[in-house]
Amino acid sequence: MTVPSVPPTLSGKRPSKLFKNWMAKMASLPMILTALVVFVGGTAWTVTYSFTGSRMLPRTKWVGLDQYERLWSSDRWMISITNLGIYGICSLILTLFIGFTLAACLDRKIRFEGVFRSIFLYPFALSFVVTGLAWQWILNPDFGMQSVVRDWGWTAFNFDPLNNPDIVMFGLLIAGIWQGSGLIMCIMLAGLRGIDEDIWKAAKVDGIGTVKTYIMVVIPMMRPVFVTALVLIAAGIIKLYDLVVAQTGGGPGLSSEVPAKYVIELMFRAQNLGQGFAASTMMLCSVVIILIPWAYLEFGGRKRG
Amino acid sequence: MADLTTNTAAEPRGPKLKKAFSRTNIFLYGTLIMVSMYYLLPLYVMIVTSLKGMPEIRLGNVFGPPMDITFEPWVRAWSEACTGINCDGLSRGFGNSVRILIPSVLLSIAIASVNGYALSNWKFKGSEVFFTILIIGAFIPYQTMLYPIVIMLRELGLMGSIWGLVLVHTVFGMPILTLLFRNYFSSIPEELFKAARVDGAGFWQIYFQIMVPMALPIFVVAIILQVTGIWNDFLFGVIYTKPATYPMTVQLNNIVNSVQGVKEYNVNMAATLLTGLVPLVIYFASGKLFVRGIAAGAVKG
Repeated sequence: MTVPSVPPTLSGKRPSKLFKNWMAKMASLPMILTALVVFVGGTAWTVTYSFTGSRMLPRTKWVGLDQYERLWSSDRWMISITNLGIYGICSLILTLFIGFTLAACLDRKIRFEGVFRSIFLYPFALSFVVTGLAWQWILNPDFGMQSVVRDWGWTAFNFDPLNNPDIVMFGLLIAGIWQGSGLIMCIMLAGLRGIDEDIWKAAKVDGIGTVKTYIMVVIPMMRPVFVTALVLIAAGIIKLYDLVVAQTGGGPGLSSEVPAKYVIELMFRAQNLGQGFAASTMMLCSVVIILIPWAYLEFGGRKRG
Repeated sequence: MADLTTNTAAEPRGPKLKKAFSRTNIFLYGTLIMVSMYYLLPLYVMIVTSLKGMPEIRLGNVFGPPMDITFEPWVRAWSEACTGINCDGLSRGFGNSVRILIPSVLLSIAIASVNGYALSNWKFKGSEVFFTILIIGAFIPYQTMLYPIVIMLRELGLMGSIWGLVLVHTVFGMPILTLLFRNYFSSIPEELFKAARVDGAGFWQIYFQIMVPMALPIFVVAIILQVTGIWNDFLFGVIYTKPATYPMTVQLNNIVNSVQGVKEYNVNMAATLLTGLVPLVIYFASGKLFVRGIAAGAVKG
């Protein structure tokens, strides 16, 4: 999860030759190539070509910031960003809340803990495509939940998120949380298990209630766990793609488009490479914006102790 | 909430909590069972739907158990469901997925374990720099690297082939797997490595005779991680393969979301279950190791 910095080794004193450890260097070649060619090279290439007017094939016809101007004046992109914002905020809050609550419940020394944990986590083993298709069926207006509730007698019941542009993102949210909250529960549970039992004894002596102890004492102590969970959820939100393709296909209309889908559609279907590159560069920027404060908290906080 | 507060304050989490039907316990188990229903509902609905005939689906409700169980949807999903003009069912996607999965898992784990070993025992100038780039690279959205990889695969003549996708999976599995192996190998006492060095063992000898046998649990974690990750992949499959080599997830999506013909919900759900079966079996068979794997794998991408 975190990358602990490795202390300098003792071997650094000998005169370092290019052929020292040559076998290790040979063996690391795939890693070096991946890091330099694919990750650094590929990213730099995409960012560079986002300043060109590439259409079907990449061309070096420089157009400055044109692609970005066009991107930000495109309705489809604005819808994508808004959707991701709604989905992101709801997903972040709900996943953290559900994950922590479930973990806290499981940590109360209950019976069948393993069974409950397996139930909460199994959706995480399934792909987003499977998740999306399963929920598409459950939310089907003619045969799914809506029709069942209506058959029970509540005929005015109306819940058809997949065909209603206003609430389609919440249809996705139900499925997304179903798939991903188990992981957060697992991380939170590990965090709770790491908290000293004496805290609870002290809280008891002081007469502080359980819920209050959780909110006032335990959650502040679990800050690093929350930060990790936050980064995981945020990284998952930005790459939201498969779920949308499987569950709604971006519809109805454009009402559930997301940035990751925008990039792929523009690059591989609309044959507008420059737009795709510009949009993916914006995705990269959003990751950087999330990661820098995290790296600062993570590594800056550790020094302070 | 108030009940929870007062009751457990008197008895904080200790073995003393014996009263089976205290209000706290009812609240706790009630919550857990309610939430469990939300998590189990889709699986239940998928299974039930896949065992019904179409007439029954049109009549009844999704939550009802099937009146007369039929396995025909499963057979049809496996061998007859159509994507476009091909009507040979999901079996083709399954075959492709297996042919992608096995080399990808072997190759990515072989490369990553050697990387991790070199990084923890044979540090060389710059090795940590490359590793840091690799880990930072794991956070870059895939979308940023999609097109450059298309160009690379085209140059290599692998675009659209299974081996192209194998290469992509190997590359993108590398950061997390390397981290996993590096951390594990670093925890093995260095004396062991030094003793082997004194005895004259070389790079590969130490790797195969000392490190691999000691790292078997982490190999299992890596296999679980890769098998589920690669099996569930959709993005790379849809971009780097062509219809004849589509993995199962992509084919599934095409079958279910195809606009032609009458929607056969029971066949769709059987197909969805078939696709989810491999990771589900791994999940329920591996238990705690799976948790370890995903905890490590969650940083991916």
